[in-house]
Amino acid sequence: MLKSNTKLLQLSVTLAACAFLFVPTLQSVLAGVTANYFRGVSSGLTLKWVGQVWELYAGSIFLSIQIALACLAATLIIGVPAAYALARNPGRMSRVLEEFISLPLAVPGLALALALLQLYGTNHGFRTHWSFILVGHVLYTLPFMVRSVMSVLAAIDLKTLEEGAASLGASPQRRFFDIVVPNALPGILAGALTVVTLSIGEFNLTWMLHTPHLKTLPVGLADSYASMRLEVASAYTLVFFVMIVPLLLAMQWASARAQRITQ
Amino acid sequence: MFRPIVVCLGILDMTQRQFLLLCFLPLAIFTLAFLALPLARLILASSESEAGWAIYLKILQTPRYLSTLLQTVLVSVAVTFAALAISTTAGLFLVRNTFPGRSVLLSILTLPLAFPGVVVGFMIILLGGRQGLVNQLLPGHWVFAYSVLGLFLGYLYFSIPRVLLTVMAAAEKIDPALEEAALTLGAPSYRITLDVLLPALASALIAAGAIAFATAMGAFGTAFTLATKIDVLPMVIYTEFTLSANIAMASALSVVLGLVTWALLLIARSFSGTTVAAGG
Repeated sequence: MLKSNTKLLQLSVTLAACAFLFVPTLQSVLAGVTANYFRGVSSGLTLKWVGQVWELYAGSIFLSIQIALACLAATLIIGVPAAYALARNPGRMSRVLEEFISLPLAVPGLALALALLQLYGTNHGFRTHWSFILVGHVLYTLPFMVRSVMSVLAAIDLKTLEEGAASLGASPQRRFFDIVVPNALPGILAGALTVVTLSIGEFNLTWMLHTPHLKTLPVGLADSYASMRLEVASAYTLVFFVMIVPLLLAMQWASARAQRITQ
Repeated sequence: MFRPIVVCLGILDMTQRQFLLLCFLPLAIFTLAFLALPLARLILASSESEAGWAIYLKILQTPRYLSTLLQTVLVSVAVTFAALAISTTAGLFLVRNTFPGRSVLLSILTLPLAFPGVVVGFMIILLGGRQGLVNQLLPGHWVFAYSVLGLFLGYLYFSIPRVLLTVMAAAEKIDPALEEAALTLGAPSYRITLDVLLPALASALIAAGAIAFATAMGAFGTAFTLATKIDVLPMVIYTEFTLSANIAMASALSVVLGLVTWALLLIARSFSGTTVAAGG
């Protein structure tokens, strides 16, 4: 009796938490395709608001995709070789370095943005270029790429594999591209999906770094929440969900797959 | 696809050591230019008012900053405990039971991981704003999105998934035989929870709590969207910087906030290996 009561309590807490997280999500999806939200769904379903969002904010959606892809390229170029070097040099220095590049996970984006603004804000050309936002995104996502690749590399016997290749005459760079990268692929994939997902949703840094001509998707969202009618704001959120939810699911799948390798 | 790069690099005849240094190079340049130097600038900037380094003392002496600090800590503590209670209950339930629809529930509970703080703020407006669900369903005037309750619920919204994942990862490692042993010895279920499950989960709970607390302390997007009347630290930093142009104070408060959240996440990591993105 007591056991089933506990189960019932656990189940209700779980369901209540699900409702708390899911009901507003559903509301925003519904409100985004409802003709008049205040009158309810009975006022009819429409794609008018989504069309309006496209007219107003298509630029912000493309800018976000552009920054996310550039961010992915940058984290691949910076993060994958660095993860390899960190994995091959396990020691105190590597741990300190890893800890340092992970700072952007712990320090709030607002503080990082203030730091970047004070050092580079007076450089007008850089300040008003989209690469200024990109720098913030790379800063924030880089530790995820490095850690994701490192955890996969730590699980394989890199040293033996490389020694084998070296004894056959493979140069260090040849070993990196023919042995390290193929073996690290599950980690690179999980890292890449994490980087793109986080970049598309990043707000805290971006809000400080953006200029009126450079609005990313989340910045546009904040803008629409403050100044647009509820239906438009909801339709814009719906567009965001359509982009982010498949990415999140793919990211969770890839991370679980990479984790199975490390165990 | 890597062939051209290999050929290019092949012209240089490198030793393993040189190649490893080359691998570090992009990271070193990027980190120095966009992390180390900006952070050094931020710390220096905090001393560039008339008060100098005493500005950190001034934070504690100015009632407005002090009450902000206190409110931020109080809201974050409340969110942390609420998220721990809800997520531990749900997490244990989801780990211990298999039933149809379980993966759907799990997906719903982890979905908000990818939501930026602004979107979370909007979710709370949809629940408790002027046109919100609660105000439409219940008679009378029920608008709580812009109060301390709205802020609390917003922070809870993005904390539940983070805590849940940490707790579930730890709960999956608990040997079910321990519970069965306790059960055969006649322990009631609350004793099993208190004496078997919670001690086994302790380090995960501390880690998850530190993550939730640090995320709540630094959350900006949610408070920004709710345009809340409650002064929380990130909002005060934002207004000091943009409206009052009080750069030194904004920098000093950022340094304090950064140190607090960094120290907390360091504690979290020493208790469990997980990394969960801050944000909100």
